[in-house]
Amino acid sequence: MTTAATPEARGPVLLEVRNLHTAFPASNGAVLAASGVSFSLAARETKGIVGESGSGKSITLRSLLGLVPEPGRVIEGEVLWDGRDLLQLSSTELRAIRGREISMIFQDPTSSLNPVYTVGEQIGEILRVKLGMGRRAAQERSVELLDHVGIPAAKKRAGSYPHELSGGMRQRVMIAVAIACKPRLLLADEPTTALDVTIQDQILALLAELQNEFGMAMILVSHDLGVVAQNCDSVVVMYAGHVVEDAPATALFDSPRHPYTVCLLKALPSIRAPGVRGRLAQISGQPPDLARLPEGCPFRPRCPSSRDACVTVTMELETVGPAHATACPFPAEGA
Amino acid sequence: MTAEAPLLEVTDLVKRFDLRRSLRSRLSRDPAPRLTAVDGVSFSLGRNQTLGIVGESGSGKTTLARCLTRLVEPDGGSVVFDGTDIGAVAGRELQRVRRRIQVVFQDPFTSLNPRMTVGAALAEPLRVHGVASRKEAPARVAELLDLVGLASTVTRRFPRELSGGQRQRVAIARSLAPQPELLIADEAVSALDVSIQAQILNLLVDLTDRLGLTMVFISHQLSVIASVADTVAVMYLGRIVESGPVGLVFTDPQHPYTAALLAANPEPVPERRRRQPAIRGDKPTPLEIPTGCRFRTRCAYVQERCAEVDPPAAQVAPGHSAHCVVLPFAPSPGQTITDPRPRRLGEGA
Repeated sequence: MTTAATPEARGPVLLEVRNLHTAFPASNGAVLAASGVSFSLAARETKGIVGESGSGKSITLRSLLGLVPEPGRVIEGEVLWDGRDLLQLSSTELRAIRGREISMIFQDPTSSLNPVYTVGEQIGEILRVKLGMGRRAAQERSVELLDHVGIPAAKKRAGSYPHELSGGMRQRVMIAVAIACKPRLLLADEPTTALDVTIQDQILALLAELQNEFGMAMILVSHDLGVVAQNCDSVVVMYAGHVVEDAPATALFDSPRHPYTVCLLKALPSIRAPGVRGRLAQISGQPPDLARLPEGCPFRPRCPSSRDACVTVTMELETVGPAHATACPFPAEGA
Repeated sequence: MTAEAPLLEVTDLVKRFDLRRSLRSRLSRDPAPRLTAVDGVSFSLGRNQTLGIVGESGSGKTTLARCLTRLVEPDGGSVVFDGTDIGAVAGRELQRVRRRIQVVFQDPFTSLNPRMTVGAALAEPLRVHGVASRKEAPARVAELLDLVGLASTVTRRFPRELSGGQRQRVAIARSLAPQPELLIADEAVSALDVSIQAQILNLLVDLTDRLGLTMVFISHQLSVIASVADTVAVMYLGRIVESGPVGLVFTDPQHPYTAALLAANPEPVPERRRRQPAIRGDKPTPLEIPTGCRFRTRCAYVQERCAEVDPPAAQVAPGHSAHCVVLPFAPSPGQTITDPRPRRLGEGA
């Protein structure tokens, strides 16, 4: 497996994922939600993982921190962090890293916050458990953190329960929890999908600001190509558990090479072409069923440029440009 | 086309909901809190036209759709469909009007009966509305499936055996069964993946053209509205704040809210990284809509008089109007609103 990006060009490697396989048991054996996923992330870099439902983007992210929901399991691969393989760590060792060095935020802040504690208490708990702060100090720091993530009247809000806050405010609280220990990497799983577009805009701006301030890297999982385009340095495109393309954001959106990426970008409606009334370039067929994947390239049945040789494709990433790789041996012409 | 009477004419539509009260507030005889979902909405829609309604959560777009079909009773105003005031009819007459107005909902997982085969789900509206006899039904079902691009073999399938996109096709076929003239699509593609979303959008546009349908297309996604609608109405807290041809509204927005929505919309263009949010603050609750202009609490161009006047519609171009007292307001789309200086009518561009 070759990882696409040349780390030298982007500064030191912070995280490297090699050949990750995550499986879920199924009636006919097992399905691979992540199938040979490899990529690397530099310090301070923002990497997007984009794909449709069932592409394996969220499972890949969860695999990094040992958070794959039962009965799923990581069955192969390495996740290198500071010279250590996170997949080999004990749950105690992993817990020491989670929240302190690597934090995670989720799509739905309502279900990630405890409804019976005030938001101040929940942030304070992290500070006491992870940083060993005293109760008083943790309380003060909680208010500072709430203020830091743009919650007005932070002192008063620290005493609020999650249900008393709007969706956008709850996501800000989750972010305050996540950055409490100044992690070097933030994993964000669809952090703005449940929010209105104007609030999404505010949250993404906040994340970028915090990244800048703390020198924090981020992996942003999203189904929204627009969100990824405007917030990421580089992007991994996933389809049916496989990485099909890995490239700097500019290269990916200006000259996509994998036919799936090309089709996906063409299928997007745009506010820049209003009043066109339909005729979006559509991708024919249905999303893949992980239990019944075709031989070779999983996109083959829907691909406009598929050919006989696609049956034997191994989905290895091949470099096609600077820090740009694709799993298609017959890539689209670069622009 | 302009001389023709519109198919749908909505005037000053209002819908409020009384909220449940605590025991204490009931005993103390405080007035019940009222949520204003739709607050004086007017528009008209000509035949074969598609109106896009865009707004964020709580803007009242779904309640508006429900008022159009009288699934909820409006508290004020009127909905006139092809000359019939649907608020004034009842019984058989209401059912006759309802046959001509059909709705496609967001979630094809819940809008189809899980225990009915696709064939049965499509035959039901044919029978209910007396569109086809029992004998004619199978042929008509096959026709409907063909219309939405499904093979006739799905007739015997159950919804759970279909993918999300296929289910939405069935839901569309079902809404077309009674041969409606007006189709209301309420977030009809929001639950779908991009590749399937494009298929369904193309299908809807194709069907409206082929069958001469009029459509009200409701969505929170500006890009989706841009690709299907002829005209667009932007809703904020129960009111249409700007409306007009989609090409004009999206390229030359006149209301600060429309401009902010467009700026906040993430376009798949990597260079356009903005670090300043297009709009600050949370939207007010529909329980307490601000006095005067309802957008003033978040508006970058707010003036003193905005608190006093509830701005009436001001026409800025033929068919294009906005409710704002500081018109014309015209930042280029995508531009961050950083200039807090308001422009007055007649000043500047």
